[in-house]
Amino acid sequence: MPSVVCRKIMEDERLLDIELRVLLEAIYLRYHYDFRSYAMSSIRRRVAQAMVRFKVDKISDFQHDLLRDPVLFSEMLQYLTVQVSEMFRDPSYFKAINTQVFPVLATYPSLKIWVAGCSSGEEVWSLAILLKEAGLLERTIIYATDINAEALRKAESGTFDVDRISQFSRNYLAAGGRHSLSDYYTSAYQGAVFDRALKRQIVFADHSLATDAVFSEVHFVSCRNVLIYFNKQLQDRAVGLFHESLVPLGFLGLGSKEALQFGAHQNDFEPFVKEQKVFRKVA
Amino acid sequence: MNTLLCARTDFDAVVVGASAGGVSALQTLTSRLPADFGIPVFIVLHVPRDRPNGLSELLGARCALPVSEAEDKQTVTGGNVVIAPPDYHLLIETRESVALSVDAPVLFSRPAIDVLFESAACVFGARLLAILLTGASTDGSEGVAAVRAVGGNVWIQDPADATAPLMPAAAIAHAGADAVLTLEQICLALENTNT
Ligand SMILES: C[S@@+](CC[C@H](N)C(=O)[O-])C[C@H]1O[C@@H](n2cnc3c(N)ncnc32)[C@H](O)[C@@H]1O
Repeated sequence: MPSVVCRKIMEDERLLDIELRVLLEAIYLRYHYDFRSYAMSSIRRRVAQAMVRFKVDKISDFQHDLLRDPVLFSEMLQYLTVQVSEMFRDPSYFKAINTQVFPVLATYPSLKIWVAGCSSGEEVWSLAILLKEAGLLERTIIYATDINAEALRKAESGTFDVDRISQFSRNYLAAGGRHSLSDYYTSAYQGAVFDRALKRQIVFADHSLATDAVFSEVHFVSCRNVLIYFNKQLQDRAVGLFHESLVPLGFLGLGSKEALQFGAHQNDFEPFVKEQKVFRKVA
Repeated sequence: MNTLLCARTDFDAVVVGASAGGVSALQTLTSRLPADFGIPVFIVLHVPRDRPNGLSELLGARCALPVSEAEDKQTVTGGNVVIAPPDYHLLIETRESVALSVDAPVLFSRPAIDVLFESAACVFGARLLAILLTGASTDGSEGVAAVRAVGGNVWIQDPADATAPLMPAAAIAHAGADAVLTLEQICLALENTNT
């Protein structure tokens, strides 16, 4: 990361942020992807990494190229929306969902769950497996949304590298999985392919928490490690969408270092499983 | 040495990186910070991802300043010690706030020292002091280069004084340092810094 950024900030660290803001505005006007309210510290790092990769030294040159080359932009998008995920990441979160949220959800005749910022699908497939084991999958629709089309395609394929599976299996057991993770996938040359039957209840869709509106009423929103990439205003917008989408007493699960405290919606939710960042919409 | 240290005592923030041997080095360093240390101190220590580590309690018990684990978008002002949580990168977002990220580990580490140092260099520029301590990784080298490139000050623990010499030695070789000091000298210099 540093070579480009350092050269830039040696010039003047204030200019760096001005140029980055102009770049994000240009991307928004040209491609309608809105990164203007993201955490600048991550944006700086990711733009710098992309500039190293595409061998450009000046942000203004990069902007010139991005505006004219949609293919370059789609590659750049992979930098701006870095995909990092894991099945049953933080097993204690999934355990809390399984043992404390699912029993309440089981009282509804039909269920809708929204996994916002689902990345390449690890979180969605994890929930589908736990829903199946709880006997709830058949009456559930899961909306899995993200802004990264490539990640959504991977998510839909349900295929993960074989060398990640042992970690996933450990997490699955730690999350309270009742069988063996291997019951849910078959090994093929492209990786571990998860059981298509789990997917019948999942709808994958392009949706941005920065620019799109609510699309359905849901009982549970799981949005983990997405809000940390937003500034406070955008965090408020996203949590506002979740609030609007949730039924009264619906559940919201966040990442282990994300909080509603100090946000505009802190009084609209109350902690349900505090240590696991599971909240409940107040009635 | 003292002339050098007196030459630069005008910092707005301190970032500290440590790896193997870092717990005890950090205990020493934070226990020596004076109560009127008027600027924030941000720390990355390499830690295993899924063990609750209680580092902030450990350091807090013997530090005159409040010590806490970073929370996303938290406001941080003078005289606070803020530690990166296990499995998250800690970044300086603005002069008053931090951000966390789950971007891929850097050199197998999350949190990574490079990520903290580089993000701090972007925000604090020449007003940053970066301190690199003991470790058996090469994390920190790029971060030190970034801090030096913007005119910030870098103090590196003398490899001969470090429990694990590799990390400080690698950074010195890669980017140099404004001062190579023993842990004791670093503590003394911090006592004379700022306020
Ligand atoms: C670190 S991943 C989190 C993946 C998963 N939720 C987990 O916890 O493992 C962050 C995801 O947020 C997505 N994202 C970023 N901005 C978004 C937006 N405005 N709306 C929806 N998703 C977004 C990224 O594309 C990426 O897939």
